[in-house]
Amino acid sequence: MTGPTGTEDGTVVRPNRRSAEKIPLFVERQTYRRRRLVDAARALPVLGVLLWLLPLLWAVPSEPTSASTGLIYVFSVWLGLPVIVGVLIRAMHRRSDSPDPEDEP
Amino acid sequence: MTTLNALASISVLYVLFLFGVAFFAERASRRGRATWLRAPIVYTLSLSIYCTAWTFYGAVGSAARNGFEYLTIYLGPSLVLIGWWWVLRKLVRIGRVQRITSIADLISSRYGKSNLLGVGVTLLAVIGTTPYIALQLQSVTLSVEVFNLATPGGAEEQSTAFWVAVGLAVFTVIFGTRNLDANERHHGVVMAIAVEAIVKLTALMAVGIFVVWGIAGGVSETLTRIDASELGNWEVNGGRWAGLMFLSAAAFLCLPRMFQVMVVENDNDPQLRMAAWAFPLYLMLMSLFIVPIAVVGLDVLPAGSNPDLFVLTVPLAYGQNALALLSFLGGFSSATSMVIVAAIALSTMVSNHIVMPIWLRMNEGMASVSGDVRYVVLLSRRLSIAGVLSLGYLYYAQSGGGAALSVIGLVAFTGVAQVLPAMLGGIFWRGATRVGALAGLTVGFVVWLYTLYLPSFGAGVIMPLSLFETGPFGIGWLKPEALFGISGIDPLLHAVIWSMSLNMVAFFVASLASFPSPLERLQGAQFVNIQQGTGGTRSWSQGVAEAEDLMVMAQRILGATDAQALFLREARRQGSETHLPAPTPEFLQILERELAGSVGAATAHAMVGQIVGGMSVSVEDLMAVADETAQMMEYSATLEAQSQELSRTAAQLRAVNDKLTRLSVQKDAFLSQISHELRTPMTSIRAFSEILRDGEGITPDEQSKYSSIIHDEAIRLTRLLDDLLDLSVLENGQVSLNLVDGKLEDVLDRAAAAALAHDDKRGLEIQRDWTGEQVWLNTDTERLSQVFINLISNARKYCDAPQRVLEIRVTSGDALMIDFIDNGSGVAPEAQDVIFEKFSRVSDQKAGGAGLGLAISRQIVTRLGGEISYLSGERGAAFRVILPLNHALAAQ
Repeated sequence: MTGPTGTEDGTVVRPNRRSAEKIPLFVERQTYRRRRLVDAARALPVLGVLLWLLPLLWAVPSEPTSASTGLIYVFSVWLGLPVIVGVLIRAMHRRSDSPDPEDEP
Repeated sequence: MTTLNALASISVLYVLFLFGVAFFAERASRRGRATWLRAPIVYTLSLSIYCTAWTFYGAVGSAARNGFEYLTIYLGPSLVLIGWWWVLRKLVRIGRVQRITSIADLISSRYGKSNLLGVGVTLLAVIGTTPYIALQLQSVTLSVEVFNLATPGGAEEQSTAFWVAVGLAVFTVIFGTRNLDANERHHGVVMAIAVEAIVKLTALMAVGIFVVWGIAGGVSETLTRIDASELGNWEVNGGRWAGLMFLSAAAFLCLPRMFQVMVVENDNDPQLRMAAWAFPLYLMLMSLFIVPIAVVGLDVLPAGSNPDLFVLTVPLAYGQNALALLSFLGGFSSATSMVIVAAIALSTMVSNHIVMPIWLRMNEGMASVSGDVRYVVLLSRRLSIAGVLSLGYLYYAQSGGGAALSVIGLVAFTGVAQVLPAMLGGIFWRGATRVGALAGLTVGFVVWLYTLYLPSFGAGVIMPLSLFETGPFGIGWLKPEALFGISGIDPLLHAVIWSMSLNMVAFFVASLASFPSPLERLQGAQFVNIQQGTGGTRSWSQGVAEAEDLMVMAQRILGATDAQALFLREARRQGSETHLPAPTPEFLQILERELAGSVGAATAHAMVGQIVGGMSVSVEDLMAVADETAQMMEYSATLEAQSQELSRTAAQLRAVNDKLTRLSVQKDAFLSQISHELRTPMTSIRAFSEILRDGEGITPDEQSKYSSIIHDEAIRLTRLLDDLLDLSVLENGQVSLNLVDGKLEDVLDRAAAAALAHDDKRGLEIQRDWTGEQVWLNTDTERLSQVFINLISNARKYCDAPQRVLEIRVTSGDALMIDFIDNGSGVAPEAQDVIFEKFSRVSDQKAGGAGLGLAISRQIVTRLGGEISYLSGERGAAFRVILPLNHALAAQ
């Protein structure tokens, strides 16, 4: 008999679909990309902290690092990070139609 | 040498130019042509008030004295902006949605519109900012002094600082309290600051370029010179490097003036998106030439020169008066922009959290009395500005502009950073409570005061020398610069570590231990979940507030025109015909938020509360709302379950109905069949008995032939009636079983012999499973063989294969399974569930019996404790008889 299974499917599937709207397991490729961009935006300050704490390790070798090397390093990071942020924001903005890129926390 | 008068007139001209910019921007904004005022670049540049005169002059001084540590002060804020997605994005949205007017307002609003917290943060901000303003005044005075070396004089210095303070107060009052906008934005001031940002960047870079290319002779020469100088080796104190980076990042978020430009003046998200990458670059450019200037200054200027003034003295030493003048303007604009914004931010806080609550308390119950409150608010703000600036001036005058001031920058940073745990906790953690925030702030403030602020005046000035050496009352582990006996750390780092960690611990523990009020919980949910949009929460329940009273109050704060426009808009939205909207909770919420934009959340809440009469949300309201929701969800879940149940029942009913219909059709067919079956023998019996009765001249042969026909027909009738009787007896459970021990093989033998006894020419080959049949059964073997006979006869009658084969398989496990499988075409699927019913027959044309055989068989097997079923999926018709197996017997 196929009749009853059909209706049972109907009633069983509906609540599933509703919860699926809240936390979808799979998302569109576009959305997926955007979320990974957000991940990158979140990771950048961590990278920044690591890179800028790195000079602390220079004290370890007996040969002291020259000031110019240190300055060039710190300022290169300082130039690089904002550029990456800018590129990320551009990419995020291009991928989202709404002015707000991805509100998911 | 530029004279003092020339300098003064240039400064005045510059300030006039700023006036012009601010005035022009204000006018454009009022005329609604303010799009370019909200441009992301303006916002980004306005953030540059982070770079004060302390940066402009002090960074070079710091580099000359302490090496590369100065970088951390700019690396921290850069990291905050690079990580804009984490904190700033959320903060800025909360600021816009909740109409936050200051950092004190943010904290107060988040923790249930608590005014106590607002006052606390305001006091902390005033204490932290006053020395900072003094520092700016000092820097201007010092820079003037550089041009005026010939006439050093205390009185003149003091008067420079005084007139600068007065001038800034006037500017701030004019542009900072021009309007009491719903959203506390100052387009004129922000525009002026953006212009100042360009001035100071240009000035510092001009000096830097002059130093690198004009004096040192190029980039590589400069680098060589740096390596050759006393800063030649990369030496940083690890603790201070990391600690200052953290401290500057924290201060960047918490400084009242930063909060003002970053959150309060923020208008849209694109502004922040640009600042996220552009402001770190701005900071990078600001820091780029600091080391070259410091190194060259140390090189070329006589020993003992104040490194804080290298930015001015190096160009002067090379006779570059114009460049020095530009540099002076850069320093001047750094100082002025900081003072202006800090004064605006502090005056908003002081007026909203200290003056207005006191005024409200004094005029208790007067909130609905007519009369414009706006002038009260504006006056209190103007007085606050004057007050903040005079505090700064007094501080400067008292401290005498000594070296004590130059360290005050970091001390102030540490002070305002105490707000950080309450702020971040408030926007990320719903469990943060008012008590927790108060505890954290208090502990942090006290520790900061004790370990850093008071000692910063120098041992013996405020704190007695003995305190530093032996601790209070001789308690060694309470020494201000060696808490808990941990000594030898840099005093600043020591204070940062202890104040921040004790602050966080107090905040966290007190939050865990306390229970928030309903309003706190509402606000907490709104702040933490700002990204998911707001709404859904309400902090007013339906009250008896009179719309007229609200109107009167709103007019006093927002001004008559704006208030009437707001009320009319809301009335239209509610679909009301009058000009006054009904005081619904939603309307009260909107009104309160509008008012909060002018006087802060706590005051607005209190004012609305005075009129509505304590109809603020209660626990009961919250629980009612929660209950309603829970009930609705429960109800809909029940409905869903019921509808599933119903559809299942309906499906079962439909199946039963189908079956009944088919049975009824079968019964009709059977009735005609059975009457035919009964009628045929009866007809022949009657006919032949009439012949015998009436017949004359019937030969004895004929007589015996007719009698035997009558006899046969009578037997056929009897058999039919026997079957019917048998079935009815079985169905009524009146049958008595004759249980005996028997071997399955014998039963099958007997059944096969009986079923095939009358076999016609259509042969049936039976394949037996001889080993499997060696099973002993304790059952009614007669009845069982009746079932087997029926199954074998069915195969004989209905199997349609040319070479008919019946296979009997025996499987014994927990129960005994006997399968009868023939090689015919089997039973049609639609007939499978009715073949065991009475009167059921597979097909009409093969009418060999009355259709009772399988029905009887099923009754018998059921009585014997087993079951019989049709096996679908076999190659032909297949029946399975399952019998309970007596294991004791099977072992015999």
